[in-house]
Amino acid sequence: MKKTELCTLTAKTEIADGIFDFRVSSPKIASETHCGQFLHIACGGGTLLRRPISVCDVYGDTVRFIFEVKGEGTAELAKAEVGDKIDILGPLGHGFDLDKAYTAPVIIGGGIGVFPLLNLAKRLDAKAKVFLGFRGKSRVVMEDEFKAVSASCEVGTDDGSYGYRGYIASAMEEYIKSNPCDVIFSCGPTPMLKAVKQIAEGAGIECQLSLEQRMGCGIGACLVCSCETIFEGTDKYMRVCKNGPVFNSKVVKL
Amino acid sequence: MNFKTTFCGVEFKNPIVTASGTFGFGEEYGEYAALEEYGGIGSKGITRQPREGNKPPRIAETPSGILNSVGLQNPGVEVFSNEIMPRLAKYDTNVIVNMSGNTIEEYCEMAEIISKTDAAMIEMNISCPNVKHGGLAFGTDPNTVYELTREVKAVSKKPLVVKLSPNVTSITDIAIAAERGGADALSLINTLLGMKIDINTRRPILANNMGGLSGPAVKPVAVRMVYQVHNAVDIPIIGMGGIMSGADVIEFMLAGASLTALGTGMFIKPDLIIEVKRDIEAYCEKYGIDTLSDIVGKVEMN
Repeated sequence: MKKTELCTLTAKTEIADGIFDFRVSSPKIASETHCGQFLHIACGGGTLLRRPISVCDVYGDTVRFIFEVKGEGTAELAKAEVGDKIDILGPLGHGFDLDKAYTAPVIIGGGIGVFPLLNLAKRLDAKAKVFLGFRGKSRVVMEDEFKAVSASCEVGTDDGSYGYRGYIASAMEEYIKSNPCDVIFSCGPTPMLKAVKQIAEGAGIECQLSLEQRMGCGIGACLVCSCETIFEGTDKYMRVCKNGPVFNSKVVKL
Repeated sequence: MNFKTTFCGVEFKNPIVTASGTFGFGEEYGEYAALEEYGGIGSKGITRQPREGNKPPRIAETPSGILNSVGLQNPGVEVFSNEIMPRLAKYDTNVIVNMSGNTIEEYCEMAEIISKTDAAMIEMNISCPNVKHGGLAFGTDPNTVYELTREVKAVSKKPLVVKLSPNVTSITDIAIAAERGGADALSLINTLLGMKIDINTRRPILANNMGGLSGPAVKPVAVRMVYQVHNAVDIPIIGMGGIMSGADVIEFMLAGASLTALGTGMFIKPDLIIEVKRDIEAYCEKYGIDTLSDIVGKVEMN
């Protein structure tokens, strides 16, 4: 039987204002996690529901996840200190599909959507061309870590305060016009995912998108975390927690 | 220690079932605790035709509770009885099929179809707050409840449980109407209609604007209603609303519930049933209770 697990918090860093990098010890979760999957975390305090947070990376028995304080749950979770036990259900969901041998993968992430892409870049054997977009210079995180596990990594900011000026999807669009690319993986805010989907489908390139939705059970039973999809020609709601969070772009309606 | 109970002539190995709409069709939760652990499992609410449900977001957390507006997403009664029910019938547990209709005719058609399956009981939802037609509209008027229950009971070959809405002035009036109509049992409470507004966007969090409140926040209301209904009718009750522990199950039983249902609590602990049964055993041991069903309705009022 699957179980929830009380995992010890072994390291905690605030990598940008309100963005926390947590490492917990769990041989089971570390060995079972596929990139793109998420953890369903009981945040404590007065919160009731668990909060879904993507796995960023795994190292031996250590599982790493990064989250931004956005509401009551994440604010409560951010109070945890090294040595505390965190109640985790997971890994859950359908992650990135890596069955095919891609030769020229592109990864594009925006804001806090970059976190689940690190382990993906690693698993693509440093072959990926990575694009990361942030609102401004103070929000840029993990650039060096992505550089270390990719063919190259281009960073941009919406306000032009660092790197490429403008939406990073435009930089990616330019790149794929004159370079080989057989798949695009993306996670980030909905406007970015919309742009990525349009660019990929326009160029006839396979595209996998990681979505976010408010969740209940996290395991596919309660049907609250729906997203609109097109399945076999008809509109259909699918479960972000179970059918996703990663979907082929052609299936999802954004 | 004996947890067994007979409810509407059906044997339950323990008085704990799952609440409709929180458990899918059991298969997902079956990975966390065997379905045989439950006295019975309540299916996702079934309708005559397949339904895609409401637009997301469909969930919002509120103090000690959650609002949902799923809107009865389900594959329809035909797919349920032909494909899903045969799978569920393989487990050694009772399946309680929850159904919701737009008209009396639809309810009757579904009752006839479900009667031909291996379901143990039919739970008639007259109280869904998340659908435009039927649902709650059926559950708020005693005359309609009487009429509907009578018609469905006449064609149902399984025990008929009527699920009551708390969104009424007098739940006992509705309970009495269902009993007069021939209901074999009652289940309560469905969710309380609620709303949560995002003060930054000035819009409700739920795309459907309003939704049903569940979780510990509703438990005192549910316990009070189970108590009142238990004292107003002679048919047995499935009690639910915010059960998070064995202590909560005991509380509902003392108030008058013969069976109890887990729902929202499983979102937090997917194997809650295991813990709940352990807690109840400890309670029975502490108070020397041999037969758990002996405590039903045994609250002593001040």
